[in-house]
Amino acid sequence: MGRFLLKRLGLALITLVLLSMIVFSLAQLLPGNVGRNILGPFASQQQVDQTNHELGVDRPIVVQYGRWVSHLLHGNLGNSLEYQGSSVAGLLGPSLVNSLKLAALAFLICVPLSILGGIAAALRQGRVTDRSITIGGLSLTAVPEFVTAIVLIVIFGVVFKLLPTTAQAPPGSSFLVQIKYLLLPALALTAVLFGYIARIARAGVIEALDADYTRTAYLKGLDTRTVMFRHVLRNALLPTIAVVATQTGYLIGGLVVIEKLFNYPGIGQRIYIAAQNKDFTMLESGVLVIGIVYLVATLVADTLYSLLNPRIRYGAAE
Amino acid sequence: MNAVAAAAPVQPSEARVARRETVAALLRSKTFIAGNLIVGFWVFWAIVGAHLTPHDPLAQTSSVLARPFGHYWLGTDSLGRDVLSRVLAGATSIMKIAPLATLLGVAGGTVVGLVTGYFRGFVDDALGRVIDAILALPLIVIAVTAIVSIGASNATLIVVIGAVFTPLVARTVRAAVLAERDLDYVPAARLRGERAPYIMFVEILPNVLGPIIVEGTVRLGYAIFAVAGLTFLGFGIQPPSPDWSLQIAENYALLAGGSYWWTVLFPGLAVASLVIGVNLVADGLTQVVER
Amino acid sequence: MSASAFEPALELVDVDVAYKVRGIDRQVLRGVSLTIERGHSYGLVGESGCGKSTAALAIVQYLPRNGRVRAGEIRIAGRDVVSLTRPELRRLRADDVSMVYQNPGSALNPSIRVGAQVAEVFTVRGVKKAEALELARGALVKVQIADPGSVLERYPHQLSGGMQQRVVIAMALAKDPTLLILDEPTTGLDATVEAEVLDLVAGLQAEFQTAVLFISHNLGVIAKMCEQVGVLYAGRLVEEGSVDRVLHEPRHPYTVGLLRCIPRGGARKDHGRLDTIAGFLPNLGEELPGCVFAPRCTLAKEICHTEEPPLHALGGGHVSRCHFHEEAEQLPRVEAAQLELPAIERNFEPLLRFDDLGKVFRQHGHHVHALVGVSAAIWPGEALGLVGESGSGKTTLARTLLGIVGPTSGAVTLDGKALEGRLGQRSADEIRALQIVFQNPDSALNRRHSVRRILRRALRKLAGVSGAAADRRMIDLMHSVRLAERYVSAKPGQLSGGLKQRLAIARAFAGEPQVVVCDEPTSALDVSVQAAILNLLVELQAERRVAYLFISHDLGVVRYISDRIAVLYLGRLMELGPAEVVFDGPHHPYTEALLSAVPTIDGGGRERIKLAGEIPSAAEPPSGCVFHTRCHRKVGEICELEEPPLVEVEGGHLMSCHIPIEELRVLQAGRREAATA
Repeated sequence: MGRFLLKRLGLALITLVLLSMIVFSLAQLLPGNVGRNILGPFASQQQVDQTNHELGVDRPIVVQYGRWVSHLLHGNLGNSLEYQGSSVAGLLGPSLVNSLKLAALAFLICVPLSILGGIAAALRQGRVTDRSITIGGLSLTAVPEFVTAIVLIVIFGVVFKLLPTTAQAPPGSSFLVQIKYLLLPALALTAVLFGYIARIARAGVIEALDADYTRTAYLKGLDTRTVMFRHVLRNALLPTIAVVATQTGYLIGGLVVIEKLFNYPGIGQRIYIAAQNKDFTMLESGVLVIGIVYLVATLVADTLYSLLNPRIRYGAAE
Repeated sequence: MNAVAAAAPVQPSEARVARRETVAALLRSKTFIAGNLIVGFWVFWAIVGAHLTPHDPLAQTSSVLARPFGHYWLGTDSLGRDVLSRVLAGATSIMKIAPLATLLGVAGGTVVGLVTGYFRGFVDDALGRVIDAILALPLIVIAVTAIVSIGASNATLIVVIGAVFTPLVARTVRAAVLAERDLDYVPAARLRGERAPYIMFVEILPNVLGPIIVEGTVRLGYAIFAVAGLTFLGFGIQPPSPDWSLQIAENYALLAGGSYWWTVLFPGLAVASLVIGVNLVADGLTQVVER
Repeated sequence: MSASAFEPALELVDVDVAYKVRGIDRQVLRGVSLTIERGHSYGLVGESGCGKSTAALAIVQYLPRNGRVRAGEIRIAGRDVVSLTRPELRRLRADDVSMVYQNPGSALNPSIRVGAQVAEVFTVRGVKKAEALELARGALVKVQIADPGSVLERYPHQLSGGMQQRVVIAMALAKDPTLLILDEPTTGLDATVEAEVLDLVAGLQAEFQTAVLFISHNLGVIAKMCEQVGVLYAGRLVEEGSVDRVLHEPRHPYTVGLLRCIPRGGARKDHGRLDTIAGFLPNLGEELPGCVFAPRCTLAKEICHTEEPPLHALGGGHVSRCHFHEEAEQLPRVEAAQLELPAIERNFEPLLRFDDLGKVFRQHGHHVHALVGVSAAIWPGEALGLVGESGSGKTTLARTLLGIVGPTSGAVTLDGKALEGRLGQRSADEIRALQIVFQNPDSALNRRHSVRRILRRALRKLAGVSGAAADRRMIDLMHSVRLAERYVSAKPGQLSGGLKQRLAIARAFAGEPQVVVCDEPTSALDVSVQAAILNLLVELQAERRVAYLFISHDLGVVRYISDRIAVLYLGRLMELGPAEVVFDGPHHPYTEALLSAVPTIDGGGRERIKLAGEIPSAAEPPSGCVFHTRCHRKVGEICELEEPPLVEVEGGHLMSCHIPIEELRVLQAGRREAATA
């Protein structure tokens, strides 16, 4: 298992390096002159050159990339171009925490719900329950999250006035109040993920139900409960773990839109504002942080997967 | 439990019956039919556009924020424009951008997937890593970054979404190609002296068309999803188009006030219906192709 | 044991089973009746699609969702399983009936330790966990697992296929069931492993006095394992009786035809063609008003097509469902036996030779020596048979010769000219000269291409003909493999297994090849189809003087078709010689063991040689003679230290063994006498 995880870790590191390159080159696509963008149209060319030199953006790309990476390794994400003087790390940190709160709540609601949905659908394969979970989930997944959010706002915020329509709880609110504020955006995110995870869980359970070892279990005279819990689910839900991890990516992607809609100060909102203002240090770092969160999530999933899968824990048969 | 289907040696008549019944199954599939009806409806409105709508979708009137179910069936927005006409005409841009972006992504992904799946080796490994890196970033984030840099236009949207889809489609195609590559018809082709391009495009491609078509339909759903999201953020389709997401973006601030829900809800339902329609088609296809 | 101790272990009365496919009920079992008395063994044979496995699943009430027992009664120890409630059914499965099926790897749960899985058999009957684990250990000891403690702690993927099947058998017998159902339990296992599993089952059955329903397509296995046998065709039991009577005095044309299809008793191609069964199995659920076999029967008369034959009792429990059972044994042949074979001349240069061929794969950081110094030659018009268990390097050798994979060392020469190792560097003529027929035509034929497209492309690339000329050649080619012209626009999926393999053969012969590798070309096919394909290959050889490298795990088939035979073990050539010599001996101890492992219809007094241990991994081959770890004739330390050279021990007969041939002749003489007696 050690070798498997070490390999995964190595791959993740390579991916991270590539990711940093992609992010860096995306930001290089920015048109125009960085100094001019910052100082505005009325600054003299000399001032602009001076600023460019201070920022180091007049040097060759490779050098710039090297500098950027070395700064990153020292935990220095640079200074925001928009918020002059404030460090990117200082701005991103709290935003990331906010986003993770929202994502965590969405996950806590979504994962158990969708896995149960998937199992229920698999057990009633081809019948009404199955079709409604499958098609309902598919529809929820397919609809853009801001549309789902708006429908939710209209229902819970406008018509029944049960939940607040903004996500940010007043400062100093208790934990429960915070959750109440986060509920609507979390539900919108849940809707997007539900169908996908449910579909994978369903497929896994169906495959396990058809497997020979399930037949062996039934033919031992075990009752359906034991067969399901001991034999079917354990094997069926393994692939689901990997899928859940990859979905963090979609989840955080959804955050950009949801955070804007609910005016929630998370990392998505930060990226959105940075993009609007062409604040490229902030944009680069924000995007990279999202990438890292995704990679960490997949690594956690891999570890979990290898712990639960004896084929990996004890090596494959030769 | 496929033992039953595989039991009898398939004879010509039996196989033909089975194939005809497969097509029939597709036509019997309620999801497939329903999806096609919905998509067909929006395709129709995307083509006729503003020509057949009850009002001019861009014309501003003095009856601002009229409630629905009155003179204006779905009400008017804050500039007095007819919501029904805007919803009907709102399909045009997205129905151009999303399919073209999908086509670009599927074409690119098919070629990349075929080549990497067939040759494997270094190129495949390297590309695999790049795909992993891209997958680490949500589509919206990549698109936002790229569009900020290049500037928003319909062409940019198509190229950016197509480019992001390419590695995603390539991954699916590659997986299918790897399975095909293990079949003996590939060495059999090599044993008559066939070259790699022939094997990839004439021998393997027809056998992976099923997954490609399914992937294409699923991707179309995502493309609409992405265009809608980007437009909502202001990086997609630009005003004064009556695009649904633009309508939502322009009017959702009124929601908090509590009363002007129709300017947002109806375009929202329109996007929802289109995406659901596309996904119903995809579901119907998947069920039949994977059977 | 229940109060119904005098009831038969299993009783089927007029059982009909149907599957609902695309909305229509398709009948799979038609009025099947059979009885297995307690402690007896009953074999159910038939080709694929005859309903064997359906019968097994119906008995344990585990039919797929679309299947159901439409009529009849199934009684296990006197209780009708069809009418049982769920709890009653569970108790029946826990106490009275067990099932073992093909592919033990998938029958065990991959994420639960073996011990816990075996223990479930006891916990389900109310035994406490700790005690159940202790009982599980005992169950593993019963199936002769040497180190039960460590096996209990392992996961299934850490065990070999043979070991997995022992565990499955241990679970099945642990509850001392009234009835044990074995559904192709050794199909897919190597011959030596199969023999061990069969011996084990036979021993345990005698010990536990369990009734056994043994389902197999292999008549040899049934002959070895069972007292009674039932022959199933298209869901109908057409003949039943003692194994001895049914296999030696068959009284149903289908049984007669089936037995004639099998190359056995030392049959060789120069003795003539094999007989075949004409036509195809009826489609699933097809309405058959008369005798189910009538459409394919060379004896069939008017009445056979209209009237279902009754069961004719022939005495001694032997019954046949044939109107003309008295004439069954005089069933007219489908094809004439006469076959003219050209003589093989080995005086001049061989057509294809390979010298000191070696192939090393890298796998998980290990070097796996798949081939080590293999040398042999093939002359025009001859068939070189290649035998050995899985992992012996048979397929690697074939692929290396063809250039699909390049050799690590050694040389291949065709017609005296050295060939490049890799296919891409060989000339068009060299590619054309060496062709292959793969094991599985479903995999070897592009399912999206029509027959016409497949053959025309092959003709264009291999024979250089196109246009109208290609069409003519294509028709010729189809005629030569007996593929009817009406199939030209069919896709492979529309053809039966046998027709697909004919198409694959036609493709290989499109460019007048000189050597055709046949890699298990019939092992995916039923015996009746196998016979037809073997006949075709022999005829093509007679007409075109093509040489074959024929790979098969079926020794009867290899013996039938081969002029000379090469025996591989762990990538090394153990023995090479004329087919008759290799089969009749004196032979290499490994060949001897391999031959003794194969169960034959004719049985004979052959005692099986028990090989020690399992096949070693090619990544870590044993020192000295690689066979010494399992050899029953190991002479001493020299076997562990020194690898014996492959030397010619008599005219054209090469062997790699430290024991001198004369000694082997003496050692093996006793066994040969017993075999021929």
